[in-house]
Amino acid sequence: MDVAGITPTLRAKDYKSDVAPVWCPGCGHFSVLSAVTKALAHLKLHKERVAMISGIGCSSRLPAYVDAYGFHGIHGRALPLASGLKAARPDLTVIVAGGDGDGFSIGGNHFLHACRRNMDLTYIVMDNEVYGMTKGQASPTTQPDWAKSKLTPHGTGMRPFLPTAIALAAGASFIARGFAGDPNGLTKLLVEAIEHPGFAFLQVLSPCQTFRPEQKEWKHLVHPVETAPTDDPVDAARFIQADDGMALGLFYVRRLPVWQPQNQPTATPADLEREFAL
Amino acid sequence: MTDRPTLAGGATLAITGSGGSGAVTAGLILLAAVGRAGYFGLLGRSAGPQIRGGESAAMLRFGLRPIECMGDRFDLLVGLDWENVARFADELPLDRDSLILTDAQAGPIPEILVRSGAQVRSLPWKALADAAAEGRVNMVALGMVGAMLGLPLDALEAGARTTLGGKGGRVLTPSLDCIRSGYSAADAVPVSPSALAPAVARWNISGNEAAGLGAVRGGVRFVAAYPITPASEVLEWLAPRLELLGGSLLQAEDELASINMIIGSSFGGVPSLTATSGPGLSLMVEGLGLAVASETPVVVVNVQRGGPSTGIPTKSEQSDLNIALYGLHGDAPHLVLAALGIRDCIDTVEWAVGLAERLQTVAIVLSDQMLGQSRAIIDPPGDRPFGAGERPRLLRPIAQDADPDHRRYRPAPDGVSPMALPGLPGGMYTAEGLEHGAGGTPSSRAIDHAEQLDKRLHKLTGFDYGPDWAEIRGEGDHLLLTWGSSAGPVFEAAERLRDSGTPTRAIALRLLAPLQRDALLEAIGSAGSILVVEQNQAAQCFAYLHSQRALPEHARSFARPGPLPLRPAEIMRALTDRDGREET
Ligand SMILES: Cc1ncc(C[n+]2csc(CCOP(=O)(O)OP(=O)(O)O)c2C)c(N)n1
Ligand code: SF4
Ligand SMILES: [Mg+2]
Repeated sequence: MDVAGITPTLRAKDYKSDVAPVWCPGCGHFSVLSAVTKALAHLKLHKERVAMISGIGCSSRLPAYVDAYGFHGIHGRALPLASGLKAARPDLTVIVAGGDGDGFSIGGNHFLHACRRNMDLTYIVMDNEVYGMTKGQASPTTQPDWAKSKLTPHGTGMRPFLPTAIALAAGASFIARGFAGDPNGLTKLLVEAIEHPGFAFLQVLSPCQTFRPEQKEWKHLVHPVETAPTDDPVDAARFIQADDGMALGLFYVRRLPVWQPQNQPTATPADLEREFAL
Repeated sequence: MTDRPTLAGGATLAITGSGGSGAVTAGLILLAAVGRAGYFGLLGRSAGPQIRGGESAAMLRFGLRPIECMGDRFDLLVGLDWENVARFADELPLDRDSLILTDAQAGPIPEILVRSGAQVRSLPWKALADAAAEGRVNMVALGMVGAMLGLPLDALEAGARTTLGGKGGRVLTPSLDCIRSGYSAADAVPVSPSALAPAVARWNISGNEAAGLGAVRGGVRFVAAYPITPASEVLEWLAPRLELLGGSLLQAEDELASINMIIGSSFGGVPSLTATSGPGLSLMVEGLGLAVASETPVVVVNVQRGGPSTGIPTKSEQSDLNIALYGLHGDAPHLVLAALGIRDCIDTVEWAVGLAERLQTVAIVLSDQMLGQSRAIIDPPGDRPFGAGERPRLLRPIAQDADPDHRRYRPAPDGVSPMALPGLPGGMYTAEGLEHGAGGTPSSRAIDHAEQLDKRLHKLTGFDYGPDWAEIRGEGDHLLLTWGSSAGPVFEAAERLRDSGTPTRAIALRLLAPLQRDALLEAIGSAGSILVVEQNQAAQCFAYLHSQRALPEHARSFARPGPLPLRPAEIMRALTDRDGREET
């Protein structure tokens, strides 16, 4: 992130755009939006130095609701879109937002490679264990016996994808989980994620009011992580494998080399042409 | 031809050999040598299906004028050995006037080549190579053939130095010895002194390098790409050079990523490009639609190969025109250009970058394996930029000030609204792939859809592209109309037809979309016979031009798939032989 650009006067609401969200009342994504604006205000970032990048889904609508630069791309491709932007413009704070379908299903391959490329990006996945936008199909994080979708009337029959375990295995350098129902904790994690130099992965449990009303129960199931964040991937793996999926907090953070081209020009195209002359 | 090729207008020769025989290396040296000697040249190569090694052939044509295609036949076939050469036989047309040079010790010449009636001479390459320390048959043969072609020894030596210099003295020194020994053992008297050295230093460049150079001349400083044959050399050339220019190349996890990465970097304000081939282009089309809808400039160089599916990765075909024109879903107007030759790869890619930037859209540039992986001796590119105007006209309109009324997608008279780059206070907007209103907010209203569709279409159709939409040569009542790399054999066919009393004009389309229909109809004029020439099965360009009502009814098609290159003689036959099977 860029610490040079400091605007002391902005408050969280100043980072909200005047576009009205399309989300259903009670959707967890609202809290994520507020936490994003609070984190930006806390970090005193210049709005024009922030870029919010997303794919497609209810959650991926978030960029338009933030008063910053944004790109609402195509389904599953938010991470490459953001990686190209960051490669070209290291001066910007680039935040990627999306859903569990966008990030783990159609965009799953990019997730692996963004973790291992370790560019200085923040990746927020609003996980509601469902495809909200397309009206309630199973996603990679849906439990195998969830049979409410017409597409999978007997459930998926597949074990869910474990985002934090995959992120660790793929080489992410910051792995945390937040909850839409815990706005303060979420804001704090977001601030840490944005400040982390490298790829910061933040899974946010963000209930889908409409297609997964039972997720209202999540507020009773979540619990803070009891141990301090580790920088040891073996300890982190042990913790993540034992986790019930409801622990909130920062699990793992480690300084790893950040991939960022920063070349200074030392030649012009005319200089390069000389190599072709006979 | 008797004992040796005549040199008046140069010659066409092929060097073949099995893996490790050094046929391609000898071809590369010979190309550099003819360039040094003042000739233009074109070097194509053909390889077997092996990843590394295996049989290969280098095909060289050189002469006193720029060489734009391989020609109909070979004067000379230099057979270093004959293992598996039958696989190339159909790429090596020989006749009674051709001469096969080989060493009897390399074994019998395959029947399929003997049947051509070509004369054969056996030369003692192996004996000469054995006599030298670390002798190399390919270098002995190269020296001898160079002498027979009348090339000065110093041109051959210079060619070897530039080609092998990077390999160190342990390779270069014995190679030079062998070249000299072959050269002095040649019994043929060199024909006439070689061509005059040109005033400006000519270039030795491949089409893929030329595309990379055009990109950086156009201002590209970020590339994301996934390796694929036959486009990888564009990326290999660019990766280290972009670093020198202060830019970078990112090797992406796949083409879905690479196209979206360059959309991201371009959104950030850096002119961006990717290079790929058919399978990669197929994966990119959804991303291309996003660039069209969000009005983010990007350029894709598609080095075509035989399709569909994995197809024929190492061989050329012009069969991706349809996907380039029609592959995107929705009404998604964008630019499609095609390079007309190796030298033209420089100018056309540079132009495409400028147009994509100026018009905030997608430009697909079609090259192909034939152009990309061949090398040529060319005159350096001119200073005149393509298009109607000067280079500054081709810059992307960027919002400069914090304008409280800045609306990213506000319709403008020319359809191009200034783009704010991240970092500009007051210019904030969200780039959108959903249909949107002028401010960028998603909208499904008919009025917004119509307004934005019109904006994106008219900015392309209303632009003045200038005279470079096509290259037009010659005059005549007969017309050969083509696009992309088929321009080379078409230009030669038209010229030979004119020389033999059939006045023929040639039009090669460089800008395929938006089609410059009025200019094309004017250029076609009242041509009495029209033949649309292209290297694909489905007559993709012919069908496209008809769909645009850009062809008179009597126009015919000559379309055949790769991988064999189109040859001037077959085009001439197709034009004159009205009853031929080419009739459409
Ligand atoms: C290529 C493509 N395939 C399918 C879709 C349809 N689609 C839109 S959003 C979505 C799933 C979104 O789920 P998620 O990312 O979990 O976001 P949520 O709506 O749950 O927040 C799908 C399948 C699409 N837009 N593009
Ligand atoms: S469908 Fe679910 S995820 Fe989408 S807006 Fe409604 S509550 Fe939120
Ligand atoms: Mg979801």
